[in-house]
Amino acid sequence: MKRYDGLSEVSLIINNRERRVPVRPGDTLLRTLRETLGMVGSKMGCENGDCGACTVLVDGKPIKSCITLTLDAVDRSVTTIEGLEDEPIQQTFLDHYGFQCGFCTPGMLLNAHALLETHPDADAETVRCWMESNLCRCTGYEPIEMAIDAARERYRREGSRRR
Amino acid sequence: MSNTTHTADHNGDRRSWIGTSLPRKDGPDKVRGRIRYTDDTRLPGMLYAALLTSPVAHARIDSIDTESARTLRGVRGVFTGDDFPFLVGLYLGDKPPLARGLVRYFGEPVAAVVAEDERTALEAIHRIAVRYSDLPVVRSPREALAPDAPVIHPDMADYAHIPAILPEPGSNVGHRTRLRKGDAEAAFAAADVSVEGEYEFPPGDHVAMEPRIAIAEVRSDGQVVIRTSTQSPYGVRAIMSRCLGIPTGKITIIAGPVGGGFGGKAGIQLEPLAYLLSRSVGGAPVRLANTREQDLVTSPGAPGLQSRVALAARADGTIIGARIEYLFDSGGYADYAVNVARAAGYACTGPYNIPNVHADSLSVYTNHPFATAYRGFGHIEMSYSIERTIDLLAEKLGMDPVELRARNVIRLGDRTPSNDVLDENTGDLPECLRRAAALIGWDEGSVQRIDAHTVRAKGVSCYWKAPAIPTFTDAAAMISFNEDASINVVTGAVEIGQGIFTGISQLVAEKFGIHPERVHVVDETITDRSMHDWTTAASRTLFMVGRAVLSAADDAVAQIKRVASAPLRCPEEDLEVYGGRVFIRDVPSHGLPLEEVVLGFIYPNGNAVGGPIVGRGKYIARHLTSIDPQTGEGRPGLEWTLGAQGVEVEVDLRDGRYRVLKSACVMDVGQVINPALARGQVVGAMAMGVGYTTRESFAFDSRGRVQNGKLRDFKIVRFGEHPEYLVDFVETPQRDGPYNARGLGEQGIVGMPGALASAFSRAVGRQLMQLPITPEYLWREARAAEGPRSAG
Repeated sequence: MKRYDGLSEVSLIINNRERRVPVRPGDTLLRTLRETLGMVGSKMGCENGDCGACTVLVDGKPIKSCITLTLDAVDRSVTTIEGLEDEPIQQTFLDHYGFQCGFCTPGMLLNAHALLETHPDADAETVRCWMESNLCRCTGYEPIEMAIDAARERYRREGSRRR
Repeated sequence: MSNTTHTADHNGDRRSWIGTSLPRKDGPDKVRGRIRYTDDTRLPGMLYAALLTSPVAHARIDSIDTESARTLRGVRGVFTGDDFPFLVGLYLGDKPPLARGLVRYFGEPVAAVVAEDERTALEAIHRIAVRYSDLPVVRSPREALAPDAPVIHPDMADYAHIPAILPEPGSNVGHRTRLRKGDAEAAFAAADVSVEGEYEFPPGDHVAMEPRIAIAEVRSDGQVVIRTSTQSPYGVRAIMSRCLGIPTGKITIIAGPVGGGFGGKAGIQLEPLAYLLSRSVGGAPVRLANTREQDLVTSPGAPGLQSRVALAARADGTIIGARIEYLFDSGGYADYAVNVARAAGYACTGPYNIPNVHADSLSVYTNHPFATAYRGFGHIEMSYSIERTIDLLAEKLGMDPVELRARNVIRLGDRTPSNDVLDENTGDLPECLRRAAALIGWDEGSVQRIDAHTVRAKGVSCYWKAPAIPTFTDAAAMISFNEDASINVVTGAVEIGQGIFTGISQLVAEKFGIHPERVHVVDETITDRSMHDWTTAASRTLFMVGRAVLSAADDAVAQIKRVASAPLRCPEEDLEVYGGRVFIRDVPSHGLPLEEVVLGFIYPNGNAVGGPIVGRGKYIARHLTSIDPQTGEGRPGLEWTLGAQGVEVEVDLRDGRYRVLKSACVMDVGQVINPALARGQVVGAMAMGVGYTTRESFAFDSRGRVQNGKLRDFKIVRFGEHPEYLVDFVETPQRDGPYNARGLGEQGIVGMPGALASAFSRAVGRQLMQLPITPEYLWREARAAEGPRSAG
């Protein structure tokens, strides 16, 4: 096990690019992204793992970056909202008005994207299990559910190409 | 000179943008994480503030030791109440930026640190030692009104306040609104039946996903510049000026996109303290940002309520009198609560035509976290109390609750509690009620036993809301043009999620007959270069800013015609502007593309006339008056949005677990400008209403300390819990609104607690009088309904 103390430089793979960043052992991935790297798409909603606005993907799995140590992401692949480009879920969020104020949207999109990548055939119960970790105060969730339903077919179709 | 390439755009081929579900203008940036909220900017030389908050609800501060915090490396300053001898307040100046001498609620800021980084600021906070002497804690409005209650603001007599707010020094009453219409006493004496209900619920919170933040700096020339997450850039500027003595012109408020408002960012928040901290460290930018816990408890939330409503009716169900008392729990400070209580006062009967009313609506200080505007602004609390009492009346009369409501709903020509006559712009509430009841299948039965322990039940409610705004509430707008004749629109509005700039682009596109993509609405308000606007609140922005924008468009059109009339050699009156051209109305082929006019017309020899056209627009509310302090008479409501809601719930009587199956809302909104955005507002409001009714309130211990001050235990509605939403609109035109539209942003929440409580009461077989309606409460009431012996 590698031991870190004080300020050290580590290598992170963020959105398929390698980034060298200074890190303290106690730094959270959210703070590193926002404050060290200026990647402010991930949002700070509670810093307690309760709201999901900070959700990013680590090796394709959604995690709450506000309660994840940056050091736990070393040598793993991190995907943030800045790395989500023209995915079907982004278009269906637009089509179905899956956001209003937009603050929960980056985390919501990454979670939904990972869900459909992992389970393109997800039933309503699976969708609920995944998505209930992300809070939205504006939409009442219905349009988000519709956006996920609408994107499902495209993830199914494109799944083979992606993997 | 004449141009024939755009002929397809006019006559016969006019596409309307009103009533069209246009995509959101801010959509592409929002789905790519590129929209910039206030906390997404780091300024050069920025310093970081942190707050120490009170662990007790009511205490004298005996001493604060900041020595150890000051000596920490990286700390630029440590401040306490005595450093900032100011009182700040929206209507009533009662709140020091940092507590001085007394703390009045759990979570109140007591000291602040400014440091070079956030980590240091937080470390310094932990080094501050405060000694408190506990004072008796006031835990409800009724306790606060008891003769021997501790007076929470002993210096109230010295507080500055606006004339419409009347604090009562020596007591805990921040403001009292009286409504006296007809003769309520006589009505009760003459009634065939009367009922009375008492209701109660604790304060709660908005839980906007973006916590509040302000970044303040003082420039070398003394200009105060504040970037802040606010619904009210001009309001913040005015209050900063009034309470801190800074000339308005020396304050610049920068308001970009807000991550959710719901009223919680409509007043003044972190801005005065951020400014004072910046000033105290030489003017460097200081970031003062709430943690989630501070956003819940330290910054203001939704008021609690204790209320009592009595209704008098004839045997046929006609309601003839109401006796009403609303006691709003404003918490430790008045903030918006004094006006919330006033709004609940002038709307006190709900949307029912009741000729005799005696009502008192009070804003009362307690030692709870303080309250501000919350979506619905007093109307939810009012509506809950009224709708529950109407259900009691229906029960007593043995009458169908929908029929009882239909018999009494307010209509054109009826008088409001403040004795104001509802004019021709009044919506069609009977139609809303009929459709809402139909959407949930009311006539198919309101209670259904699914199996031995599962019950489905329905509930309905009617609601209304008028904006609680100053009589002189205004908006301004400016329209300018680019070389390609696309249009720039400047307003003072703020995007808080409602999609206002999309709506505005539709209004302008409609006026000019161009695609909304050619309308660029400036999406940031900077007070010294944007247009004056009261506040993005009260569901009035599309209405009022919309009116100002249309007036700016008219002004620009008139100028275009004036400039074009010479080269087109015709009277201005013969010209029309549409589809990117100005042309002769009856000879449409004879015209000019706007590109050749809007920045000035150039003759073939090079001579130019006209110059860049700038359209100026304004609006100010009409015919509003203050209300009489003794009788409440007056015209406080610009436009009333009327609607009805219906819900269906399923309850497991064994343990009180429930699901909300259906939630319907039918609202008379006048012309719908963007149906998708309108539906989004209503659905979102209903979801908030489900949370408000079933869980969203603070739990206190016996000493007034909040027990659920984190999002982990302060629950809001989650994905998968949402009901099937059924939304419909009635479109009785609001003729003074932009393209006949009226406000709709808040209203979908107003009738929810009433409708849900009605359904839950029917399910368990007992009238529920309190919020939140939790599974435990349902379980207890279901057991009590089984028999008197188990009622306990």
